[in-house]
Amino acid sequence: MENIEKVELTCINCPLGCALTVSKDAASGELIVTGNTCPRGADYARKEVTDPRRIVTSTVRVEGGTLPVVSVKTERDIPKGLIFEVMKAINSIQVNAPVHIGDVILADVCQTGVAVIATKNVCAYPERT
Amino acid sequence: MEQHDIVIIGGGPAGLAAAIAARDEGAEDILIVERDHQLGGILNQCIHNGFGLHTFKEELTGPEYAQRFIDKVKEADIPCLLNTIVVDICHGNENESGTKIVTVMNKEQGMIQICAKAVILAMGCRERPRGALNIPGYRPAGIYSAGTAQHYVNIEGKMPGKEVVILGSGDIGLIMARRMTLEGAKVKVVAELMPYSGGLRRNIVQCLDDYGIPLKLSTTVIDIQGKERVEGVTLAKVDGRGKPIPGTEEQIPCDTLLLSVGLIPENELSSQAGVEMNPITNGPKVNESLETSVKGVFACGNVLHVHDLVDYVSQEAGMAGKQAARYVQKECESKNADRDISVVKEEQLRIQQNNMIIELKAEQGVRYTVPSIIHIDRMEDTQVVRFRVGGVYANAKIAVYAGETKMMELKKRIMAPGEMEQIQLKKDKLQELVEQNILTNQITIKVEE
Ligand SMILES: Cc1cc2nc3c(=O)[nH]c(=O)nc-3n(C[C@H](O)[C@H](O)[C@H](O)COP(=O)(O)OP(=O)(O)OC[C@H]3O[C@@H](n4cnc5c(N)ncnc54)[C@H](O)[C@@H]3O)c2cc1C
Ligand code: SF4
Repeated sequence: MENIEKVELTCINCPLGCALTVSKDAASGELIVTGNTCPRGADYARKEVTDPRRIVTSTVRVEGGTLPVVSVKTERDIPKGLIFEVMKAINSIQVNAPVHIGDVILADVCQTGVAVIATKNVCAYPERT
Repeated sequence: MEQHDIVIIGGGPAGLAAAIAARDEGAEDILIVERDHQLGGILNQCIHNGFGLHTFKEELTGPEYAQRFIDKVKEADIPCLLNTIVVDICHGNENESGTKIVTVMNKEQGMIQICAKAVILAMGCRERPRGALNIPGYRPAGIYSAGTAQHYVNIEGKMPGKEVVILGSGDIGLIMARRMTLEGAKVKVVAELMPYSGGLRRNIVQCLDDYGIPLKLSTTVIDIQGKERVEGVTLAKVDGRGKPIPGTEEQIPCDTLLLSVGLIPENELSSQAGVEMNPITNGPKVNESLETSVKGVFACGNVLHVHDLVDYVSQEAGMAGKQAARYVQKECESKNADRDISVVKEEQLRIQQNNMIIELKAEQGVRYTVPSIIHIDRMEDTQVVRFRVGGVYANAKIAVYAGETKMMELKKRIMAPGEMEQIQLKKDKLQELVEQNILTNQITIKVEE
């Protein structure tokens, strides 16, 4: 939010979907949120403009399993700006069956300190899940 | 003939939750029949997170959510017949024993029949066929339903195309817009015929806005170019009646068109079984126990009405499982009791019950309700009634009437067709209204602005 005067967002924390506006107080540099109906909206907006983060979910190729790919996710949210780099890292690897939910696929993806973990069990062929 | 107390058709989240609840309620003999080679249903291809916030207070991906229920089913040692499709359900006439015959088919055994005291329908939903779209011209390769594309990408690990246009802003379409973008495709636009999106707001923000994918409302595809493979589509704005407005056409080159035009309950088996259907939901009509018009046949999950939150599917299915277990127990009891007495008793019960049958009517903005009938004597202390509204309403109220009397009112800042609504009816309150003669046979639920 360095150079931006005003940012408009939609709060996603509940179905109400308030239209939020974040602006910077010229004197104090403090972030001011308007349009929110409850405090959760203000927290969300501040985080969105200072350090937006997302959980990334995708798939990784599996060798010798009952399924060709296993679904994975970043264990915690990672900076939004790194999403495509994380995807590149996820797409460059392959794992061997069996894979279990929670198995670490990539320990520290793109130096974020966050692991990519499996979200599905894939048995070694010819067993079945 | 193989015989079971409860046969559950479908091993998705609904079938799994129903099985667990039935066991908890004391049902010993349960069988789940699933046509896929794995349990979990549609959740296996929903690899994104956002499941289970209500149930587990954490955000899980689809496969993780499913696995929690699969583990419970395994722990409870409930048998599952995989790779097996149910092709028919038939039931003897009412006065007979009430057993149902479920015909299933698989590679090993071919066609076999299974006898069941109760059946739970949990077959989920399917995507609306693209024929319903009425797009003229050739049918080149490169046109997929969003769910089929999701299966290709997430289960088979294949990409259907590189330059994508998505028609329909239902959740699957939105989720696939992000998924294909992450895998390197260029999603050019999501076009929506209606003036509002059919998907959850959260998905619009996190799947489209995050990646700068434009959402064009009141817009449709009027032409598809390409003979062998899609080469492009023409979009146009539509007027209030859904008719394309001349002069608003826009040609967009692409190699893939995804259709996310809505889901409908998998209703073939339900209709074959002779249960009464609700023309609005395309699912069976059910009472407070989620029992269909055929005694001992229950329904839950997307086969009953299309859900957007799996947590509600699990809850609803839990109710169906519990009620099916109770049904089986009651059937056994009445069989063991002296025949004459039981007939007399049942007759008395029926008279009593008839007085206590309340019909739920959806009116004025409320499209349908599940359930649509409540037997007050059989309902739980709190009955959840779920429904969808037909349009977008800001600062409106959900009003509930017993006859002419307003019995409750719920303020809603925003309501939209994409998000399921619910109200809770209290048993003691309904009984009170019956005693006061205010509630006779009908409760009306409507939107008031
Ligand atoms: C693409 C998509 C994204 C979603 N995203 C979210 C989300 O982010 N958060 C959320 O909470 N919810 C989400 N949902 C909703 C939720 O996943 C569904 O509502 C839920 O999976 C429905 O469960 P079900 O058991 O009724 O149906 P299903 O999961 O479809 O299961 C039905 C099962 O029945 C089997 N079957 C069908 N016919 C037969 C037959 N004749 N014989 C034997 N077996 C049969 C099928 O193979 C299937 O396994 C999403 C749904 C979809 C489709
Ligand atoms: S600001 Fe509060 S009320 Fe508004 S959408 Fe966000 S969470 Fe909901």
